[in-house]
Amino acid sequence: MLTPEEWGAVRLSLSVALRSVVFGLPPAVLAAWLLARGRFPGRALLDALVHLPLVMPPVVVGWLLLVTFGVRGPVGALLNDLFGIRLVFTTAGAALATAVMSFPLIVRAVRLSLDAVDPGLEAAARSLGAGPIDRFVTVTLPLIAPGILSGAITAFAAGLGEFGAVITFVSNIPGETQTLPLAIYSATQTAGGEATAARLAAISFALAIAGLLLADLAGRRLAILIGRAPR
Amino acid sequence: MLEVALRHRFPGFALDTAFIAPTPGVTAVFGPSGCGKSTLLAAIAGLLRPEEGRVALDGAVLLDTAARVMMPAERRRCGVVFQDSRLFPHLSVETNLRYGLRRAPRDAEGPGFAEVVDLLGIAHLLPRRPAALSGGERQRVALGRALLSRPRLLLMDEPLAALDAPRRAEVLPFLARVRDRFRAPILYVTHALDEVDRLADNLVLMEAGRVLAADTVEALSTRADLPQLAARRDAGALLPCTVLAHDPARGLTRLGFPGGELRVPLREEPPGTRMRVRVRARDVSVATEEPRGLSVQNILPVTLESLGPAAPHEAMLRLRLGGAVLLARVTDDAVARLALRPGQRLWALVKSAAFAANTPSLENPG
Repeated sequence: MLTPEEWGAVRLSLSVALRSVVFGLPPAVLAAWLLARGRFPGRALLDALVHLPLVMPPVVVGWLLLVTFGVRGPVGALLNDLFGIRLVFTTAGAALATAVMSFPLIVRAVRLSLDAVDPGLEAAARSLGAGPIDRFVTVTLPLIAPGILSGAITAFAAGLGEFGAVITFVSNIPGETQTLPLAIYSATQTAGGEATAARLAAISFALAIAGLLLADLAGRRLAILIGRAPR
Repeated sequence: MLEVALRHRFPGFALDTAFIAPTPGVTAVFGPSGCGKSTLLAAIAGLLRPEEGRVALDGAVLLDTAARVMMPAERRRCGVVFQDSRLFPHLSVETNLRYGLRRAPRDAEGPGFAEVVDLLGIAHLLPRRPAALSGGERQRVALGRALLSRPRLLLMDEPLAALDAPRRAEVLPFLARVRDRFRAPILYVTHALDEVDRLADNLVLMEAGRVLAADTVEALSTRADLPQLAARRDAGALLPCTVLAHDPARGLTRLGFPGGELRVPLREEPPGTRMRVRVRARDVSVATEEPRGLSVQNILPVTLESLGPAAPHEAMLRLRLGGAVLLARVTDDAVARLALRPGQRLWALVKSAAFAANTPSLENPG
C-alpha cells in the first residue's frame, strides 16, 4: 500500500515523536512542579517561557533553535566540540525541535493534575517521616501519573505532526529528517504526488485520533488504578 | 513535658501562645473555630514555620528560632491525625498503615502492626483503598497510621470534627483506647467539650490566638471566671467519679467522688470503673434548708464559696463539697430571695435525670 520511502517517513515520525517525549518528559514534569508548587522570583517569566512555543510561530522556534544549536551557535558549537553531537539536519535535531514544541502540552497536563493533588497529603507524608524526594516519589508522582501519561500521549500524537519548527531547524532530508508532515508537504509540491499526499494524510489523521483517544482512556484507567476515581 | 511558646502573625490575626503540657498525658487545646488551635498544632508538627518560638519535648528542642533551630517536620516524629484523615488514595489501607512504620527509626519503641490493627478493629479493611472507607473508618486508619510511625508526640487536629454524631460516637472509644494503651503524649485540638471530658487530662483554653488558661480539666471546669467555659449551656463542674454500686431494682447507680456520692440512672460500667461526670451548672439548684418530699435524688450539703455574674439576670455559684467543687447557675432573683452570701451552708439539688444518656452529653455538643 505504501512505498518504502513512505514507510520510512512514518517510521521516522514515530521515532522522532517517541524520542521527543522521552527526553522532554523529565524537564516538563520539573517545570510543572516548579510552576505549581514553587514560590520564587521569576515564576511568571518561567510560566511565559514554557508556554511560548504554544503561541509563537513554529518557524520562529525553529529559527531560534538554529541560532542556538547550530554548528556555530553558542550551545551547538559546545556540543559539537565536546561530544561531537550535531543536531542540525539530524534526526536528533528533529526530536529536539519536536520536544520544544510539545513541551507546553506536557507541562499543562502535568500541572493540572498537580493542582488537583491535595498538598495536605504531602504534609501528611512529611509528618510520617518522608523527606522531599521520598514524598515526591511515593505520594506526588503516583497521584499525577494520569496527568503525565495523558500529557505524554498527547505530546506524542502532536509530535507526529510537528512541521514548522522541524523543517526550519533540520530541513527536509528523506530518511533523516523527513517526517510524516514533511513528506506530505513534499508530495504536494511534486507533480503527481496527490495520491501519496492523501495516503500519508489519512495515516496522519488515524494516528492523531488514536493518540487522543488513547490519552483519554489511559488517563481514566490510571486514575481508577491509583484510587483517584471510583471504580 | 512539652514546652510551647509561639508567635506568628497572619494578615488580620496573630498567634501569641505559651503553655507547658505535662507528659505523658492528654492535653486538649480547646477554643472556638479560628482561635489559632490548628496553626499551633502545625507549628509544633513543623508544617508551619512561626516567626518566633520555641518548642521542646522532654528536653529535646524541635524548634528554637532564637537559636536558629528548625528541625524539619519529617525528623520531628510528631504523628499527626488530621481532621480530613489525609490517607494516601493510591495506597491500600495496609500500605497506608505501614508508610510511617517503614520510615520510623529502627530503635524507636512503639506498638506493632498487629497490635494496632487489632486495637482499632481495622483488620477487615486492610486490602481496601481509602475511597472505599466510611468517614469513621478513615479516621481509625489515620489514627493507626500515625501511631505506627512510632511518634514521640501524637498531635490530633479535630479528628472527629468532620464526622456526624453517630460516627463520632463510633470513633471516640478508639481514641480513649489509644490513650489508655500507649504512652505517647497526646496534644488534642478540639472545639467539642465532650471530647475534652472524655479524653483529656489537661486543658489549654485558647481564644483569638492567645492562651486564656491552662490547668487540669477538673480544675478549669469549676472556674466561673472563664466565659468560654462558664457561659456554655453545658458548663459545669467535672467530677472524677468511681462506680460504687448498681441498684437495678431502682434503676440507679451510685457514683463516689471526693466529697460525696451521686445517684445517676443505671449505667453499664462495672463497680470500680473510674469515670468523669460533668454536673452541668444549669442542672444544679440550691436550698437554704434541707428539703423533704422531693423527687430529686441528689441532695448534697455544701458551702457557698463565692458567687458572680454568669449572664444577664443570672449568677454562678461555686459550691464547696469536701474535696470537690460544684457550679450552680441560678437567677439573680433567687440570690436576692434567699439572701445568698459566701460562707453560707446550703443544700445542692441535682436531679438524677440530668445524667440521663451518656454522661459527657453527646447529644449536646454545644
